[in-house]
Amino acid sequence: MAIVLYRIDDRLVHGQVVIGWGRAMGIDLIILVDDQVAASDWEQELYRMAVTPEIEVRFVTMADAARQMSEWQANGKRALVLTGDLETMAALRTSNPDVVQKINLGGIHHRAGRRERLPFVYLTDQELRALQALEAGGAVITAQDLPTTVPVALKALG
Amino acid sequence: MSEELRGVVVCHGALAGALVQAAEQISGLNGALVPVSNTGCDRDTLEDRVRAAVDGKPAVVFVDLASGSCLVAVLKRLRDEHLVKVVTGVNLAMLVDFVFHRSLSPAEAAARAAAAGEKSIRIP
Repeated sequence: MAIVLYRIDDRLVHGQVVIGWGRAMGIDLIILVDDQVAASDWEQELYRMAVTPEIEVRFVTMADAARQMSEWQANGKRALVLTGDLETMAALRTSNPDVVQKINLGGIHHRAGRRERLPFVYLTDQELRALQALEAGGAVITAQDLPTTVPVALKALG
Repeated sequence: MSEELRGVVVCHGALAGALVQAAEQISGLNGALVPVSNTGCDRDTLEDRVRAAVDGKPAVVFVDLASGSCLVAVLKRLRDEHLVKVVTGVNLAMLVDFVFHRSLSPAEAAARAAAAGEKSIRIP
Protein backbone atom coordinates (compact mmCIF):
# COMPACT_ATOMS: atom_id res chain seq x y z
CA MET A 1 0.00 0.00 0.00
CA ALA A 2 1.43 3.37 -1.01
CA ILE A 3 -0.60 5.65 1.23
CA VAL A 4 0.09 4.44 4.75
CA LEU A 5 -1.68 7.06 6.85
CA TYR A 6 -4.60 9.47 6.49
CA ARG A 7 -4.33 12.00 9.29
CA ILE A 8 -6.39 14.95 10.46
CA ASP A 9 -4.16 17.43 12.28
CA ASP A 10 -5.00 21.10 12.56
CA ARG A 11 -1.33 22.01 13.02
CA LEU A 12 -0.65 20.57 9.57
CA VAL A 13 3.02 19.73 8.93
CA HIS A 14 4.81 19.76 12.28
CA GLY A 15 7.08 17.68 14.50
CA GLN A 16 4.63 14.92 15.41
CA VAL A 17 3.89 14.35 11.75
CA VAL A 18 7.42 14.53 10.40
CA ILE A 19 9.40 13.00 13.24
CA GLY A 20 6.82 10.99 15.15
CA TRP A 21 5.02 9.34 12.26
CA GLY A 22 7.46 9.98 9.46
CA ARG A 23 10.33 8.06 11.00
CA ALA A 24 8.23 5.27 12.50
CA MET A 25 6.43 4.53 9.27
CA GLY A 26 9.23 5.26 6.83
CA ILE A 27 7.26 8.03 5.16
CA ASP A 28 8.90 9.51 2.07
CA LEU A 29 6.00 11.65 0.83
CA ILE A 30 3.71 13.98 2.77
CA ILE A 31 0.69 15.28 0.88
CA LEU A 32 -0.98 18.25 2.55
CA VAL A 33 -4.51 18.75 1.27
CA ASP A 34 -5.40 22.34 2.08
CA ASP A 35 -6.80 24.87 -0.37
CA GLN A 36 -5.36 27.86 1.48
CA VAL A 37 -1.81 26.54 1.75
CA ALA A 38 -1.93 25.26 -1.83
CA ALA A 39 -2.50 28.86 -2.93
CA SER A 40 0.32 30.38 -0.86
CA ASP A 41 3.97 29.93 -1.83
CA TRP A 42 4.96 31.69 1.36
CA GLU A 43 3.05 29.29 3.62
CA GLN A 44 4.35 26.31 1.68
CA GLU A 45 7.89 27.45 2.33
CA LEU A 46 7.13 27.68 6.05
CA TYR A 47 5.85 24.12 6.17
CA ARG A 48 8.72 22.81 4.06
CA MET A 49 11.09 24.04 6.76
CA ALA A 50 9.67 21.39 9.13
CA VAL A 51 10.48 18.52 6.79
CA THR A 52 13.75 16.66 6.46
CA PRO A 53 15.34 16.53 2.99
CA GLU A 54 14.58 12.83 2.57
CA ILE A 55 10.83 13.51 2.61
CA GLU A 56 9.03 15.05 -0.35
CA VAL A 57 6.15 17.40 0.40
CA ARG A 58 3.30 18.21 -1.96
CA PHE A 59 0.68 20.90 -1.38
CA VAL A 60 -2.57 20.26 -3.19
CA THR A 61 -6.13 21.49 -3.26
CA MET A 62 -9.03 19.30 -2.26
CA ALA A 63 -10.10 19.05 -5.89
CA ASP A 64 -6.62 17.97 -7.05
CA ALA A 65 -6.36 15.45 -4.23
CA ALA A 66 -9.68 13.85 -5.12
CA ARG A 67 -8.41 13.38 -8.69
CA GLN A 68 -4.94 12.10 -7.79
CA MET A 69 -5.70 9.83 -4.84
CA SER A 70 -5.70 6.63 -6.86
CA GLU A 71 -2.41 7.61 -8.50
CA TRP A 72 -0.75 8.21 -5.13
CA GLN A 73 -2.08 4.90 -3.92
CA ALA A 74 -0.50 3.13 -6.86
CA ASN A 75 2.95 4.73 -6.88
CA GLY A 76 5.90 3.34 -4.97
CA LYS A 77 6.21 6.02 -2.31
CA ARG A 78 5.07 5.58 1.28
CA ALA A 79 2.78 8.54 1.62
CA LEU A 80 1.03 10.32 4.45
CA VAL A 81 -2.08 12.28 3.45
CA LEU A 82 -2.75 15.14 5.82
CA THR A 83 -5.71 17.47 6.22
CA GLY A 84 -6.23 20.26 8.72
CA ASP A 85 -9.92 19.62 9.28
CA LEU A 86 -12.58 16.96 9.37
CA GLU A 87 -14.49 18.34 6.40
CA THR A 88 -11.60 17.95 3.98
CA MET A 89 -10.87 14.38 5.09
CA ALA A 90 -14.58 13.53 4.87
CA ALA A 91 -14.63 14.89 1.32
CA LEU A 92 -11.59 12.79 0.40
CA ARG A 93 -13.29 9.72 1.83
CA THR A 94 -16.47 10.50 -0.10
CA SER A 95 -14.59 11.00 -3.38
CA ASN A 96 -12.37 7.92 -2.95
CA PRO A 97 -14.07 5.48 -0.56
CA ASP A 98 -12.05 2.53 -1.82
CA VAL A 99 -8.77 4.34 -1.05
CA VAL A 100 -9.47 6.31 2.14
CA GLN A 101 -10.44 3.52 4.52
CA LYS A 102 -8.63 4.24 7.79
CA ILE A 103 -8.56 7.74 9.27
CA ASN A 104 -6.29 8.92 12.08
CA LEU A 105 -7.48 11.74 14.35
CA GLY A 106 -4.11 13.22 15.23
CA GLY A 107 -4.74 16.74 16.45
CA ILE A 108 -8.07 18.54 16.61
CA HIS A 109 -7.75 21.22 19.23
CA HIS A 110 -10.04 23.39 21.28
CA ARG A 111 -12.42 25.85 19.70
CA ALA A 112 -15.68 27.36 20.87
CA GLY A 113 -18.34 24.66 21.00
CA ARG A 114 -15.92 21.76 21.05
CA ARG A 115 -15.63 19.43 24.02
CA GLU A 116 -12.52 17.53 25.07
CA ARG A 117 -12.64 13.88 24.07
CA LEU A 118 -8.91 13.32 24.50
CA PRO A 119 -6.18 15.86 25.31
CA PHE A 120 -5.48 16.18 21.57
CA VAL A 121 -9.02 15.70 20.25
CA TYR A 122 -11.80 18.21 20.81
CA LEU A 123 -15.07 17.79 18.90
CA THR A 124 -18.48 19.38 18.76
CA ASP A 125 -21.37 16.94 18.91
CA GLN A 126 -22.01 17.70 15.24
CA GLU A 127 -18.42 16.85 14.32
CA LEU A 128 -18.67 13.62 16.30
CA ARG A 129 -21.83 12.68 14.44
CA ALA A 130 -20.12 13.40 11.11
CA LEU A 131 -17.29 11.04 12.05
CA GLN A 132 -19.75 8.40 13.20
CA ALA A 133 -21.48 8.67 9.84
CA LEU A 134 -18.17 8.08 8.06
CA GLU A 135 -17.55 5.04 10.21
CA ALA A 136 -21.06 3.75 9.58
CA GLY A 137 -20.18 4.01 5.89
CA GLY A 138 -17.21 1.69 6.34
CA ALA A 139 -14.31 3.89 7.38
CA VAL A 140 -12.23 2.90 10.40
CA ILE A 141 -11.52 5.92 12.60
CA THR A 142 -9.16 6.02 15.55
CA ALA A 143 -7.54 8.79 17.58
CA GLN A 144 -3.79 8.51 18.06
CA ASP A 145 -1.34 11.39 18.32
CA LEU A 146 1.86 9.35 18.01
CA PRO A 147 2.65 5.81 16.86
CA THR A 148 3.97 5.01 20.34
CA THR A 149 0.58 5.65 21.96
CA VAL A 150 -2.45 3.36 21.98
CA PRO A 151 -5.09 4.12 19.32
CA VAL A 152 -8.51 5.03 20.71
CA ALA A 153 -11.59 3.89 18.82
CA LEU A 154 -14.09 6.51 17.73
CA LYS A 155 -16.83 4.90 19.79
CA ALA A 156 -14.81 5.67 22.93
CA LEU A 157 -14.91 9.42 22.16
CA GLY A 158 -18.67 9.80 22.47
CA MET B 1 14.06 53.27 21.65
CA SER B 2 11.89 55.11 24.18
CA GLU B 3 9.99 51.97 25.14
CA GLU B 4 11.86 48.93 26.34
CA LEU B 5 11.49 45.83 24.23
CA ARG B 6 9.22 43.02 25.19
CA GLY B 7 10.52 39.47 24.91
CA VAL B 8 8.04 36.79 23.91
CA VAL B 9 9.06 33.14 24.20
CA VAL B 10 7.03 30.68 22.10
CA CYS B 11 7.67 26.98 22.64
CA HIS B 12 6.22 23.52 22.60
CA GLY B 13 4.68 22.23 25.84
CA ALA B 14 5.84 23.78 29.10
CA LEU B 15 9.25 24.88 27.81
CA ALA B 16 8.52 28.61 27.44
CA GLY B 17 7.27 28.96 31.01
CA ALA B 18 10.27 27.11 32.38
CA LEU B 19 12.74 29.19 30.35
CA VAL B 20 11.15 32.46 31.44
CA GLN B 21 11.14 31.38 35.07
CA ALA B 22 14.79 30.36 34.89
CA ALA B 23 15.78 33.60 33.14
CA GLU B 24 14.05 35.59 35.87
CA GLN B 25 15.79 33.59 38.58
CA ILE B 26 19.19 34.25 37.04
CA SER B 27 18.72 37.89 36.07
CA GLY B 28 16.52 39.08 38.91
CA LEU B 29 14.42 40.89 36.31
CA ASN B 30 10.75 40.01 36.25
CA GLY B 31 8.18 40.87 33.62
CA ALA B 32 10.51 41.35 30.66
CA LEU B 33 9.57 38.02 29.09
CA VAL B 34 6.16 36.61 28.24
CA PRO B 35 5.84 32.82 27.75
CA VAL B 36 3.52 31.31 25.14
CA SER B 37 2.81 27.58 24.92
CA ASN B 38 1.32 25.72 21.98
CA THR B 39 -0.32 23.21 24.30
CA GLY B 40 -3.97 22.54 23.64
CA CYS B 41 -4.55 24.97 20.81
CA ASP B 42 -4.99 24.88 17.06
CA ARG B 43 -3.23 27.17 14.60
CA ASP B 44 -5.63 30.09 14.97
CA THR B 45 -5.58 29.97 18.76
CA LEU B 46 -1.81 29.83 18.86
CA GLU B 47 -1.59 32.82 16.53
CA ASP B 48 -3.99 34.68 18.84
CA ARG B 49 -1.83 33.82 21.85
CA VAL B 50 1.25 35.16 20.07
CA ARG B 51 -0.50 38.35 19.02
CA ALA B 52 -1.82 38.93 22.55
CA ALA B 53 1.65 38.41 24.02
CA VAL B 54 3.27 40.90 21.64
CA ASP B 55 0.35 43.30 22.10
CA GLY B 56 1.45 45.62 19.34
CA LYS B 57 4.64 46.56 21.15
CA PRO B 58 8.23 46.50 19.87
CA ALA B 59 9.44 43.00 20.64
CA VAL B 60 11.80 40.15 20.03
CA VAL B 61 10.04 36.81 19.72
CA PHE B 62 12.06 33.73 20.65
CA VAL B 63 10.95 30.38 19.22
CA ASP B 64 12.22 26.93 20.16
CA LEU B 65 12.53 25.27 16.75
CA ALA B 66 13.43 26.70 13.36
CA SER B 67 10.34 25.01 11.95
CA GLY B 68 7.03 23.63 13.14
CA SER B 69 3.80 24.96 14.56
CA CYS B 70 5.28 27.59 16.87
CA LEU B 71 7.39 29.22 14.16
CA VAL B 72 4.55 29.03 11.64
CA ALA B 73 2.20 30.80 14.05
CA VAL B 74 4.77 33.49 14.83
CA LEU B 75 5.70 34.24 11.23
CA LYS B 76 2.13 34.17 9.96
CA ARG B 77 0.97 36.57 12.64
CA LEU B 78 3.98 38.88 12.80
CA ARG B 79 5.61 38.98 9.37
CA ASP B 80 4.25 42.45 8.66
CA GLU B 81 5.23 43.86 12.06
CA HIS B 82 8.33 45.97 11.45
CA LEU B 83 9.07 46.41 15.14
CA VAL B 84 9.21 42.69 15.84
CA LYS B 85 12.16 40.40 15.17
CA VAL B 86 12.16 36.62 15.49
CA VAL B 87 14.99 34.43 16.81
CA THR B 88 14.79 30.63 16.65
CA GLY B 89 16.59 28.02 18.75
CA VAL B 90 15.91 29.83 22.02
CA ASN B 91 18.10 28.97 24.99
CA LEU B 92 18.63 30.38 28.43
CA ALA B 93 21.80 32.26 27.54
CA MET B 94 20.11 34.33 24.87
CA LEU B 95 17.18 35.20 27.14
CA VAL B 96 19.47 36.33 29.95
CA ASP B 97 21.39 38.51 27.50
CA PHE B 98 18.19 39.93 26.07
CA VAL B 99 16.64 41.09 29.35
CA PHE B 100 19.65 43.33 29.98
CA HIS B 101 19.56 44.90 26.50
CA ARG B 102 15.94 45.83 26.01
CA SER B 103 16.69 49.43 25.12
CA LEU B 104 18.24 48.40 21.80
CA SER B 105 16.25 48.25 18.57
CA PRO B 106 14.47 44.94 17.89
CA ALA B 107 17.01 44.08 15.18
CA GLU B 108 19.99 44.90 17.39
CA ALA B 109 18.60 43.04 20.40
CA ALA B 110 17.72 40.02 18.26
CA ALA B 111 21.18 39.86 16.70
CA ARG B 112 22.86 40.26 20.05
CA ALA B 113 20.71 37.60 21.73
CA ALA B 114 21.25 35.15 18.88
CA ALA B 115 25.01 35.63 19.15
CA ALA B 116 24.88 35.07 22.92
CA GLY B 117 22.88 31.92 22.40
CA GLU B 118 25.26 30.56 19.79
CA LYS B 119 28.26 31.37 21.95
CA SER B 120 26.82 29.33 24.82
CA ILE B 121 26.78 26.11 22.79
CA ARG B 122 30.04 24.32 23.47
CA ILE B 123 31.50 20.91 24.06
CA PRO B 124 33.67 21.68 27.11
